[in-house]
Amino acid sequence: MAAPLTLLLIVAVTIRAVLYRSSLAELIAERVEVVSPITAWKRVIEGLALLDLGVSPYSGDVFHETPLIIYLFHFLVDYAEITFMLADVITAVALYFAVRDYNKKVFRKQKFALEADRYPHDCLELIRRPKEMFYIPLKVAMFYLLNPFTILSCVAKSTCGLNNAVISLFILTTIKGNVLLSAVFLCLATYQSIYPLTLCAPAMLYLMQHQFIPVNFRRVSFWWFVTQYLFMFLGSLLVLTCLSFFLLGSWDYMSSVYGFILSVPDLTPNIGLFWYFFAEMFEHFRLFFLCVFQINVFFYTIPLSIKLKEHPVFLMFMQLAVISIFKSYPTVGDTALYLAFLPVWGHLHRFLRNIFLVSCVLLACSALFPVLWHLWIYAGSANSNFYYAITLLFNVAQILLVSDYFYAFLRREHHLTSGLYLKKKDGSEATLVLK
Amino acid sequence: HELWEAVLPLIVLLCGGGQLKDDFQEELVIRPLHSGDIYASFHFRTLWETDFMKGNKVSHYRLFPKSLGQVISKFSVRELHISFTQGYWRTMQWGQPYLPSPPGAELWVWFQDTVTDVDATWKELTNVLSGIFCASLNFIDSTNTVQPSASFKPLGIANVTDHRFLRYATLPREIVCTENLTPWKKLLPCGSKAGLAVLLKSEKLFHSSFHSQAVHIRPMCQDSQCKTPSWELRQTLNVVFDLHTSGQGKQEWSLFKMFSRTLTEACPLASSSKIYIDITDNPQVGEQFELIPATPLLRQAVVLGDRRTFSVYDLTQQVTFGTVRSLNLLIRWKSTEGHMLRPLLHAERYVAGYGLQTGEIHTLMYNNHPFRSFSVLLLDSVPWYLRLYIHTLTVTSKGKDNKPSYIHYQPSKDRIRPHLLEMLVQLPPHSVTEVTVQFERALLKWTEYTPDPNHGFYVGSSVISALVPSTVAMDTNNTQERTLFSSL
Repeated sequence: MAAPLTLLLIVAVTIRAVLYRSSLAELIAERVEVVSPITAWKRVIEGLALLDLGVSPYSGDVFHETPLIIYLFHFLVDYAEITFMLADVITAVALYFAVRDYNKKVFRKQKFALEADRYPHDCLELIRRPKEMFYIPLKVAMFYLLNPFTILSCVAKSTCGLNNAVISLFILTTIKGNVLLSAVFLCLATYQSIYPLTLCAPAMLYLMQHQFIPVNFRRVSFWWFVTQYLFMFLGSLLVLTCLSFFLLGSWDYMSSVYGFILSVPDLTPNIGLFWYFFAEMFEHFRLFFLCVFQINVFFYTIPLSIKLKEHPVFLMFMQLAVISIFKSYPTVGDTALYLAFLPVWGHLHRFLRNIFLVSCVLLACSALFPVLWHLWIYAGSANSNFYYAITLLFNVAQILLVSDYFYAFLRREHHLTSGLYLKKKDGSEATLVLK
Repeated sequence: HELWEAVLPLIVLLCGGGQLKDDFQEELVIRPLHSGDIYASFHFRTLWETDFMKGNKVSHYRLFPKSLGQVISKFSVRELHISFTQGYWRTMQWGQPYLPSPPGAELWVWFQDTVTDVDATWKELTNVLSGIFCASLNFIDSTNTVQPSASFKPLGIANVTDHRFLRYATLPREIVCTENLTPWKKLLPCGSKAGLAVLLKSEKLFHSSFHSQAVHIRPMCQDSQCKTPSWELRQTLNVVFDLHTSGQGKQEWSLFKMFSRTLTEACPLASSSKIYIDITDNPQVGEQFELIPATPLLRQAVVLGDRRTFSVYDLTQQVTFGTVRSLNLLIRWKSTEGHMLRPLLHAERYVAGYGLQTGEIHTLMYNNHPFRSFSVLLLDSVPWYLRLYIHTLTVTSKGKDNKPSYIHYQPSKDRIRPHLLEMLVQLPPHSVTEVTVQFERALLKWTEYTPDPNHGFYVGSSVISALVPSTVAMDTNNTQERTLFSSL
């Protein structure tokens, strides 16, 4: 599998290199769907220029990256394009190996279940075959690298690419079973944008499954593992924050980075839900709605973890999707990360109900974003309502996609335990509904 | 005994008059401009030997207005400069003004170093001034106030120049009207009842191309020992009347045509009351224009680095008013030739770009001196909702990069303070220097838009401070005999 992967990497790098050299690069770097106030390359350059002028980059309201990013790009600013292409390559390769290991595990588990004859006889067509599972890692890497969202994000030099690389390394180390590295990479991802914190739960669930620790609140081993993981996570977070303090000599970055992500003062339009809402609401209610919106991102962890505690990797996918839909400044780069996982659940296609609608809406919205932006900003014949309508539609389509996959996954699990053709008590055909 | 009786009233007079040593002078300078317009500049100065500081309550006010005296002592103000301007000064057509001022309202204040909380004092001061001048200066808050680090050095005597005590704010959207003129006139000792202030009638003054009224308060030295400070209050009013709208197209100006009033007497409280007409472009009497009534008095003064000649009308002399007991100066043109001396330094500023997202601010500075280069200090204060990207700042002269030797940049904080950019730029001789910086607009909350947002957003003027080399050496002697308009 090395040869097709290498070929894919070469093709992806070529496409990005060609786009970097064209005049489209500047155009893409200004698009608000691709860059946000926390990930824009223009702001990274601005932060470096402020540092050169002797002014702290965090004294103004333009720069919202972490000090480690300043430190990294202080040395790599001339090689920025290579850095971002490398980040994309690392993400794709990490996802490739992660999915390959995950598939091996899934297949092994399925084999044991077949031998133990735990599946009902009429659902043998739902069993996965090695032949179909062989190409899934390559498909995942392809879905990530050749996704137009990822290409746009890379050409715009959005630091979201770096965040994606760290998250994918976290996924790889979690699936490999390495507790320490998993905590370290998760900490790096959380340090850059707070939301990957919610990935703690699936990581812990997976590692406990890997180490055969039962997930039971009454068992000491469960709490002991949780304590270990959290200790490693919080320890590395402490190390990183102190390192950032020593890099620039002050704690300004905390309010500029984390205060900014949580309190959303900058209302630059993006593909998320926050900007228009906060531009139009009464000041009196601002804090209330801010809390509601932020809690919304973190809240889904608990019910989803309870429901999906046997399937932590699917939980990880759901969490990634929830983060990239509901975070305060999302970009298409965040969407691209969870869309890369779709081939892993390609076998659910017979249970998906809305896939045609969702794909049409996503394509239409992606096409309408630049049109309505132009009408609002340049032609002056539309206003922010038009653009927000498309934003809402885009997010609704994403939510529908994720919930559809959730339904399909749960339905397949149900069929695997209670047979493919369901019958009600009186013998007539039953249908499954997701409540 | 007779000697004693003669001396006694003199002693009484000296003792009585020695309590309040204040002095009021008024001047009107009229300068015909080459485009046919006419520039009238009023200067009123009250000089008072007193000390507002050191805790002694000053309660007996004579010529100095009490409202301003109380402002100075309550807020520990060392210098105060406020101006209200309507219109745009066209330097290329009109030359340099005696005192430049940006459109809208501008206020800059140096506080004494005894002030502990400068920001709170500034806020109270702006509100009090808003009441005194009937202007909406209460809109000055932290989002449009800056603390310049190098510009706006004190114009009066100063011991310490710690820029912590300096505040500068502009309100470019502020309009000037009769409501602002009336309280301004009330600060004058004679009000608008006698003297030159009689000419200040709003229906004519605001029917002009440019109107600017200002108040400047600063501490001064009376002599070279400088034992006691004296406080100077200067009120200036600059107005440019347009040839076609006010002059009905005929190049013939008179006091009645400009102000719809004539002068009948000087202000009795004024120690000097004069009118100066700039006749430098009229070396032979009657060649370009003639003055009616003629006057034998002439005066030479160095104004803005240029030696100018003025005809003087002294209103304290009864002979000026003639037999009709009223003075209506008439300036009648014979020919319309003549070229204007190009101003050595002038600047332009505009916004480039299209769309609601990004743009670029261009500032052009012209150095018209044939062989000398000089440095200028450029101060830019941009509102927070136009996010400047300082890495896009370029300074080019004659097509080549011109790196400023000093840059002080304070980035803005959303909804708290504006951008402040100060640069020291060397202007090469006979060249244009262009300073460009890109900005990106922020999406404002619905409560943050000004009324009528389709009108657009105003960015305050940038301020250029420069020492322009002149062809005439400055006279640094005792400034007692200088005219008012050449000594600020």
